[in-house]
Amino acid sequence: MNTALETRNLVRRFGGLVATNDVSITLRQGARHALIGPNGAGKTTLINLLTGVIPPSSGTIMLEGQDITTASRSRRVELGLVRTFQINQLFPGFTPLQTVALAVSRRLGLDRNMFRPIGSNRRVIEEAVDVIERFDLVDVMNANTASLPYGKQRLLEIAVAIACGPRVLLLDEPAAGVPEGERGEIMDGLAALPADVTVLLIEHDMDLVFRFADRISVLVQGGLLLEGTVAEISNDPRVREVYLGDAVHD
Amino acid sequence: MSSRAENIAAATKALHGVSRIRPAEIVFWLAAVAAFFFLPDQYLLLNEVMITGLFALSLDLVLGYGGIVSLGHAAFFGFGCYVAGLLTKYGVADPLLGLVIVAVMTGLLGLLTSFLVLRGSDLTRIMVTLSVGVLLSEIGNRLAWLTGGADGLQGVAPDLLLGRWEFDIFGKVAYAYTLAVTFVLFVIARRFVFSPFGWSVRAVKENALRTSAIGIPVNRRLIVVYSLAAAIAGIAGALLAQTTQFVSLDVLAFHRSADLLLILIIGGTGYLYGGLVGALLFKLVQDAIANLTPEYWEFWIGLILVSIVMIGRERIVGLPAFLLKRLRGVA
Repeated sequence: MNTALETRNLVRRFGGLVATNDVSITLRQGARHALIGPNGAGKTTLINLLTGVIPPSSGTIMLEGQDITTASRSRRVELGLVRTFQINQLFPGFTPLQTVALAVSRRLGLDRNMFRPIGSNRRVIEEAVDVIERFDLVDVMNANTASLPYGKQRLLEIAVAIACGPRVLLLDEPAAGVPEGERGEIMDGLAALPADVTVLLIEHDMDLVFRFADRISVLVQGGLLLEGTVAEISNDPRVREVYLGDAVHD
Repeated sequence: MSSRAENIAAATKALHGVSRIRPAEIVFWLAAVAAFFFLPDQYLLLNEVMITGLFALSLDLVLGYGGIVSLGHAAFFGFGCYVAGLLTKYGVADPLLGLVIVAVMTGLLGLLTSFLVLRGSDLTRIMVTLSVGVLLSEIGNRLAWLTGGADGLQGVAPDLLLGRWEFDIFGKVAYAYTLAVTFVLFVIARRFVFSPFGWSVRAVKENALRTSAIGIPVNRRLIVVYSLAAAIAGIAGALLAQTTQFVSLDVLAFHRSADLLLILIIGGTGYLYGGLVGALLFKLVQDAIANLTPEYWEFWIGLILVSIVMIGRERIVGLPAFLLKRLRGVA
């Protein structure tokens, strides 16, 4: 069983506050791992540590056996650690096709070319179309990104990440803000993720977590409370207390 | 559900469609060449407009593609102007060789100062670029022994162009030279903005956070585009020095940077022609108004600018088409 992503005793302090407290998580290759926890549990800090937005106070991050604790943001993407955003971070003036084509160009190492049009490379187009088809964006691939329905924008958010060719994908609340009628699209999009890509899902929507994930880690006050299968987590009394809340009865 | 082959064909067409050469572009350049044959009285004016257009094009790369607002772009124009003037005066009198040296030196100046614009917000950038411009202007003034100071740099006499054509007082060779250089640089800029690199620069302007999240080093992209734009601005300055055979401190003045922003606002940013069209409109309007009211032309320029911003360029440009549609609808 190959390890895709691993954190060892990861700590991040902000002054006196310990936002990430000795977190050790291991994701095997191809895992569908969810990270849940109440507001302020340190989920965002953990993502920022993993993607290199902020450095950890101590601890290490390993990507496929390689220490990436101090690697730059773009280096991590090159090595295959890619994220999506809780709030859409797209290129409003681009079409989805242009957005995905740029990401593919980057992955193929063509993004430093200053003289040939982006559409002149057959491989870029083919791989961009692959991604567009996979996330059911064909109908809107030439539309203005800013004018897309919100659900489609959320899908594009994931599609761009996949176009980067990730080994490990960090999904930050992919269904955040998506209206009920468009949630099915997001579920389909998640189901369409390549099986060999390891996924760490950060999500509030327990329905989505229970349907998508095979393992779940519960983060409370910066530290890991416990980790287990969907069944273990959903039946654990401590989880019910701190996360699902006392209001849950059955 | 469309087939994969159809999707690929559609995607290819769409990606190529953006960079397709449009008829209006051919008309534009043909008109610029036609001016050479049919407007012999206007060579000096045409030369000046074309140089300003090239200068504005360089700012468009920074502003319209990179998203960096600069109020000190004249620093590069003026620097290129002085370097070209001094080169010509002190030994390297070949115009084309001069252009190459100026491009390299101004590009380096752009590289050195690019680190200043990477920091901070738009406001910071405006102030920092403005400072660089003012700083260079003062240096030009202080080094009067070299630059001629307020008297300007005299005795700039370039060699024959390609060893064959002399820069004449009517500006015939000057305009042809400027047009050719501008066209070549325009073609390069056009290839650049539609290349993957160019798209990545646009991406930075659209959303820097996402750009870095797909693995593109944002700062490095901005440094490259800023330096490239500086080199082009320097070449524009060099063209002015070589074709007018004189350099004055005015080339570094703040109003040049400010006018340049006006030109881009008039012509529009982010499609490369904005600078060229804007420069032409700006010059024509400036001349027309100055003839009517020599004292208050700045008021009218200001009024026009405010109108453009308030009404919106799209609506002004779209007005003829809109009226035509209305007329047809009525008929």
